[in-house]
Amino acid sequence: MAAKKNVPVKKVVVADGPVAKNARTWKFGDNIDTDAIIPGRFLILNNPDELAKHAFEGTRDEYAKKVQEGDVIVGGRNFGCGSSREHAPLALVGGGVKVVVAQSFARIFFRNSVNVGVLPVVCPDADKIEDGAKIALNVRDGYLEADGKKYAIEPVPEFMQGIIDAGGLVEYAKTLKEMPVCTK
Amino acid sequence: MGATIVEKIFSRKCGSDIRAGDVVMAPLDGMMIHDITGPLAIQKFYEMGGKKVCDPKAVIMLFDHQIPADSIEAANNHVYMRKFAAEQGIHNYDINEGVCHQVTIEKGRAAPGEIVVGADSHTCMYGATGAFATGIGSTDMGFALKFGALYFKVPETIRADVSGKFQKRVGAKDLILAIAADIGADGATYKAIEFTGKTIRKLDMAGRMTLCNMAIEMGGKAGIVAPDKVTWEYMKGRRKMKPFALDSDPGATFAETKSYDVTDLEPQVAVPHNVDTGIPVGKVEGTHIDQVFIGSCTNGRFEDLAEAASVLGKKRFSPKVRTIIIPASRDEYLKALSAGLIEKFVKAGALVEAPCCGPCMGGAFGLIAPGEVSLATSNRNFKGRQGSTDGKVYLCSPATAAASAIMGVIADPREV
Repeated sequence: MAAKKNVPVKKVVVADGPVAKNARTWKFGDNIDTDAIIPGRFLILNNPDELAKHAFEGTRDEYAKKVQEGDVIVGGRNFGCGSSREHAPLALVGGGVKVVVAQSFARIFFRNSVNVGVLPVVCPDADKIEDGAKIALNVRDGYLEADGKKYAIEPVPEFMQGIIDAGGLVEYAKTLKEMPVCTK
Repeated sequence: MGATIVEKIFSRKCGSDIRAGDVVMAPLDGMMIHDITGPLAIQKFYEMGGKKVCDPKAVIMLFDHQIPADSIEAANNHVYMRKFAAEQGIHNYDINEGVCHQVTIEKGRAAPGEIVVGADSHTCMYGATGAFATGIGSTDMGFALKFGALYFKVPETIRADVSGKFQKRVGAKDLILAIAADIGADGATYKAIEFTGKTIRKLDMAGRMTLCNMAIEMGGKAGIVAPDKVTWEYMKGRRKMKPFALDSDPGATFAETKSYDVTDLEPQVAVPHNVDTGIPVGKVEGTHIDQVFIGSCTNGRFEDLAEAASVLGKKRFSPKVRTIIIPASRDEYLKALSAGLIEKFVKAGALVEAPCCGPCMGGAFGLIAPGEVSLATSNRNFKGRQGSTDGKVYLCSPATAAASAIMGVIADPREV
């Protein structure tokens, strides 16, 4: 990333330690697609709070009513596959979710999440984490704890760290006057 | 060391040797926004401090998901984007031209060797022209509008080498459903898929678009076909460009090479609720259906409609099924109209709508009720994709869709 060095660290999206007091996990399976996260008929909405009211509608109806600030979504393989709709991570943001843990992520969802300030955490053993588990992250040391059990997590790709450190792509872009292109 | 076509595109654009795995801030030749993801992209552009779009001529703007506006919110989104287009000097195709991906290619806004992004996951379809094209989110698009560039991790390439001659009534859609079933819903994540081989060289642009369109259904970052005679012929009149060679080197490093022989390939159907579930149509023959949709960026071209009409012949669509046909663009609509296909469809009992996404995105019209079953030529059969989460969506080719619409149940197009 070309201009990374010039970007001041404004805030870190997720602090280590417990994600939030009483944070719980919401467990989902493999191939959770963007239509499941936010159905197409709600894409006329652009506001995270409004979107959050319909998150997982038809897939897990109690989620939108019960999700609390700091809760963590846990998925299996290929979380967020399908559409490029950024409404999907925004619908999570609106519910106070700042972390999604999964065995693997679909590419566009992963990038959209980082861009809007949701941390996608790759955890190869995410399928072993139970629904409703109490969870704490330790990004620096590369593990998370769910109901007292430790699971290894993968580091965030280096080139994305600059955006995460800035607090998302909007904050990152604000710091740049122009973009030097074609630099590795 | 040999390079893949994707590595060559990035190297050409940047004037240095760029390889898979490199992270590069690359200049963009095109950026597509539509009525669903566009408003958010524009908001992000402003939030980033954007005042003037870096290159208004590179922006492709149109509305296709909710047209004509089907709600006041949709109408408001359209107004917001029109205002932005006027303010920034962006040409807006508005509601007039059809589905974004078809229109982008048709208008010559993606061409061999170019890098194009779109705020829609099926942007990978432009790879049919030999462009590197990928879908991005709205914040990335806001960034692209502001800077005219975007960071990319240059992907590795899976080479799909296709040989053999298709049976009658079997084609590109059956092939890509079979490939998706083989590679899996996440088998190409972060990778490009290059379609190559004798069968691809003989395939028309419509078929190449169908293949590249669905690269994302395997998690792919891009689908691509090396430009050849077929490509350059298609580009004539759309872009003033001198043909040039752009192909993967024989010694290029591929993540994987997969070989497919289509000689015995049967019509495929992807069953609910994932795209990588393709099976021969015989295994689901006779399945109850309530609605058939022929259209979308995947299969709404003249060639697709002509294939459906050919299966139809002088028969009628079953009155037990709602048959909805939507050409992918104004141009495709006009071609179908001139060829008499539209009249044929309407007389046979179909509902023909003006070019738009239609039931594919499940947000406008043509939704299915709980318990209903849709058979569609579009690209996704996720739970709730076309309406109720208690409904089911099967995916197939235009030939299989037409045969099934005639029979009133899922049917083999070779037997109708």
